[in-house]
Amino acid sequence: MGGTSEKTINLKLKIWKQNGPDDKGHFIEHEAKSVSTDMSFLEMMDVVNEDLVKAGKSPVEFDHDCREGICGACSMVINGNPHGPDTATTTCQLHMRRFQDGQTVVIEPFRARAFPVVRDLVVDRSAFDRIIQAGGFISVNTGNAQDANALPVPKVDADEAFASAACIGCGACVAVCKNASANLFVSAKITHLGLVPQGQAERDERARNMVQQMDQEGFGACTNTGACSAACPKEISLENIAQMNKDFLKASLKDRS
Amino acid sequence: MDLNTTFEADKDTVVMSSLLRLVKSTIGSKSLVGVTGLGLSLFVLSHMAGNLLILVDPKMYNLYGHALVTNPLIYLAEMGLIALFLAHVVKAVLLTFVNRQARPQKYAMASSGDKATSAVTKTMWAQGLIIFVFVILHLFTFKFGNYYEVIYDGEPVRDLHRLVVEVFAQPGYLVGYIIALLILGLHLSHGVGSAFQTLGFNHPKYTPMIKKISCLYAFIVAGGFIAQPLYVFFIYKG
Repeated sequence: MGGTSEKTINLKLKIWKQNGPDDKGHFIEHEAKSVSTDMSFLEMMDVVNEDLVKAGKSPVEFDHDCREGICGACSMVINGNPHGPDTATTTCQLHMRRFQDGQTVVIEPFRARAFPVVRDLVVDRSAFDRIIQAGGFISVNTGNAQDANALPVPKVDADEAFASAACIGCGACVAVCKNASANLFVSAKITHLGLVPQGQAERDERARNMVQQMDQEGFGACTNTGACSAACPKEISLENIAQMNKDFLKASLKDRS
Repeated sequence: MDLNTTFEADKDTVVMSSLLRLVKSTIGSKSLVGVTGLGLSLFVLSHMAGNLLILVDPKMYNLYGHALVTNPLIYLAEMGLIALFLAHVVKAVLLTFVNRQARPQKYAMASSGDKATSAVTKTMWAQGLIIFVFVILHLFTFKFGNYYEVIYDGEPVRDLHRLVVEVFAQPGYLVGYIIALLILGLHLSHGVGSAFQTLGFNHPKYTPMIKKISCLYAFIVAGGFIAQPLYVFFIYKG
């Protein structure tokens, strides 16, 4: 491979271990030696796990899938920051060159009542799935696809909808928020579908149902700190939350039930 | 995933009237905190502006207070203010509990750098608590405090000016007042701009401006209030 720096660093890791949802959990300490700075954070974790297994210990469980920053599976809170210190970056795209030799790195799971720990760094994010089930979709009758020009979408709306649709549902917004609020995630979905013509029929119902489900899952409220947007690997903007609030308030006042 | 419990929970809430659902929701609650907060922000601005008369003339200051309390609409205004204040406090306290419960286990390390949360936004609840206690003390010190009278053109008028001068002659009270007002300033600096976001107004062109205006508003209100006891303590010679 060209362009490798072949630099290595040693790290002191403090990693959260928890045997199951009911276990109290604790930190283990591990010395990660000769970590290549070209590795991603997850590759470093792979090597740590190999070392742990070789030493007869149980590996640290963590979520991951695509490892190219688009699936939203990886999580972890690294030195207090979801997905680590960099903005617009997922844990799998975070590289070890970002760390210094001899640095202590504290690795914790996303912490929220609505995201219970399954094991170690793996948390159950199915609360997000239930919020999507409550209204994060459009209903269409199947049949021939209609002519694309029959549904004009202004360029500005298309761009905004696309920016909201970039949310990968990783949950970093919940993890970083002091209230473990899911407002950024839910608002991205509501805004994305609310900006396109196909989303209009269910717009009010969607806003009401998704917000209600969000509250039932036990996420906190938004206090406009902006930390969610800063921690979001896809840089979803706070404009989405304002849009959701507007949609939800309007939809609630229009509700005839 | 347990789908059944979710659907049962849904069934229970469907019967709730839509308005009750709105008021109970986190977004509805937060909007109420925002609207009442904006109302209270306007009140503190007018309260500060009216009281600036203390820098002009004791008689004008006393007559201004007299005009306010003798206006029959004062009771309506006071009831409105109490309602705004209580709704703001109660909803904010309830939301703080919801927010606390949402993260039962704290992180070992706080977020930092770009992902950090500012100290002002993190401590809004504590600022609110201090302001709440201050407002009650403030009412007992002034509104329900010592009653002095002065005669202007044959008419007895409450000499609030004398009370203010008396109270702020005590350095302890002066310092406590300034600290409380600085905290109110911090509260407003986040709160005013934040209310717009909560109520659904965010625009790339105007929101940065709103944030700046929010800070300026806080500075004017807190500064205007603090100037008054400082004037009384250091400059006013009776």
